[in-house]
Amino acid sequence: MTPPSPWQSQSIRQRTGRALGVIAALAVAVLFLLPLFWMVTSSLKPDYQVLESPPRWLPHPIVWSNYPEALTYVPFGRYALNTLFIAVLVILGHVLSCTLVAYGFARFRAPGKGFLFLVLLATMMLPYPVTMVPLYIVFSRIGWVNSFWPLIVPAFLGNPFYIFLLRQFFLTLPPDLEDAARVDGASTLQTIWHVILPASRPAMATVAIFSFQAVWNDFLPPLIYLHDQTKYTISLGLSFFRSTYDVKWGYLMAASLVTMLPVVLLFFFAQRLFIQGITLTGMKEG
Amino acid sequence: MAVPSPKTESLRSPQALPPRARTGSFARHETVTFYLLIAPWLLGLLLLVLGPMLASLGISFTKWDLLSPARFIGLDNYERLFTRDPLFWQSLKVTAVYTIFYVPIELAGALLLAMLMNQKIRGVSVFRTIYYLPSVLPAVAFIVVWIWVLHPDVGLINTLLSYIGVEGPRWLANPDWALPALLMMSLWGLGRGMVIYLASLQGIPKHLYEAAAIDGANGWQCFRKITLPLLTPTIFFNLVLSIISTFQTFTSAFVATNGGPLDSTLFYVLYLYRQAFQYFNMGYASALAWVLFVIILVLTLIIVRTSDRWVYYEGERR
Repeated sequence: MTPPSPWQSQSIRQRTGRALGVIAALAVAVLFLLPLFWMVTSSLKPDYQVLESPPRWLPHPIVWSNYPEALTYVPFGRYALNTLFIAVLVILGHVLSCTLVAYGFARFRAPGKGFLFLVLLATMMLPYPVTMVPLYIVFSRIGWVNSFWPLIVPAFLGNPFYIFLLRQFFLTLPPDLEDAARVDGASTLQTIWHVILPASRPAMATVAIFSFQAVWNDFLPPLIYLHDQTKYTISLGLSFFRSTYDVKWGYLMAASLVTMLPVVLLFFFAQRLFIQGITLTGMKEG
Repeated sequence: MAVPSPKTESLRSPQALPPRARTGSFARHETVTFYLLIAPWLLGLLLLVLGPMLASLGISFTKWDLLSPARFIGLDNYERLFTRDPLFWQSLKVTAVYTIFYVPIELAGALLLAMLMNQKIRGVSVFRTIYYLPSVLPAVAFIVVWIWVLHPDVGLINTLLSYIGVEGPRWLANPDWALPALLMMSLWGLGRGMVIYLASLQGIPKHLYEAAAIDGANGWQCFRKITLPLLTPTIFFNLVLSIISTFQTFTSAFVATNGGPLDSTLFYVLYLYRQAFQYFNMGYASALAWVLFVIILVLTLIIVRTSDRWVYYEGERR
């Protein structure tokens, strides 16, 4: 018996199975895209059409004015700048501190290391609400409430998810180069700077992206610490917008879309890093 | 725990270290370097985790509004919580009910999506991107869009329901439907779990399925005997993270419903937030926080304890 060609070997059953798979995939994709579609079309509708019943699927005429009006109705530019400022410093803090800590865990032998690594993993599971109250009290005593510092400074003291992620990555690097650098008299910090960092660009990018996304999405800490409207982050601003101008749905959808845009762009440009990071640590934001 | 101060001078001292040699002084040097490197995290552990946790336990025995000095009241907060606070029980109920429904639905849904994406379908990467996209969206924007999608009169869902002649409920405004509405909303973020399951599905060696096919196993048998056992470590891991994060649900309750209507979406952390930052009952809020911590710890330990019965690790004999 001659072996059947791969094409013939596909039974009708397999092919119908595959077709059903495509149909299911399409159906789910439509379900997942519909809310976004609803947001976009609502943001392009003139005011009187937004609450029209039954709603129309496509705006007619298309109105762009919701965008500039929504973004000036409340100072979204200000919110975005505040969030960017926090994000840049948080990224810097995470990359710096987590690189050092992760390198320590990846390459050095020391008494107590195994235990500390377990502690590190355990802190990943720690619910933020448990430490929220005393942290607030401390930050309020040193006068940091209503400033960005409580959101920034902790980033310089590491983050268990990113430490774990970087440690896993460092373990995949061959130690030869570092040994060579050490033989040449490089200190640990020099080795990290000249050997580890250049070899770890994808991992660093993953940490940076996740940090950015976390800051951009963060809600509870900014809600607790930022009271002044001029200090709001973008998520806080959007929530404030929503609770204050409940009826301006065209504006709200425009503002939501603008809030999503940076993260969505980042996602499309760095999808692989996103997925690698998430599968490595299973982390969830918010 | 001896914590070396995070000075970096000694790190910079250009000492030529013999690679992988372990003499006494080298081992000591290695230890010192290790602790210097992890010093930022150790500092954070003390200042941001262990310190606050202990402080929170201490504060939970006091009555403290931050304006007047804290007053020690023993176990009064805990007693009030368990015996005289219907809102505590309500918030615990809301959170537990939500977790009981959400976690299995999320698990099954994400797994189904991952298996769908593990097929050879044309354009599979486009589908994957579409499914994953909502999970990366900022929580508040995600929720605001859903408030609009769930709008009782002109929302997407009730519009679709009207096409098949169903008059949809008033979702977030109805005490019976608000929690299911939040659950439905959260399922838009299914893509995160999908990505994790997909990664481990792709790690299952193809030859296992080929061997099973030769033995005449059908699709269900392959799933039951190969896919599911090999996925159990991932399911376990996801289950733990999912329960932990579901118990901390805050943003959706705060933004979408603010706990209403009639406290039907008063999630635990929302209640904690109110006690701490709206009523400034720091002692009571700390007691709430510790109860939450213990609940999460116990749930996690239960799952971990039962895991050796259902989690399969390769290379380990059952």
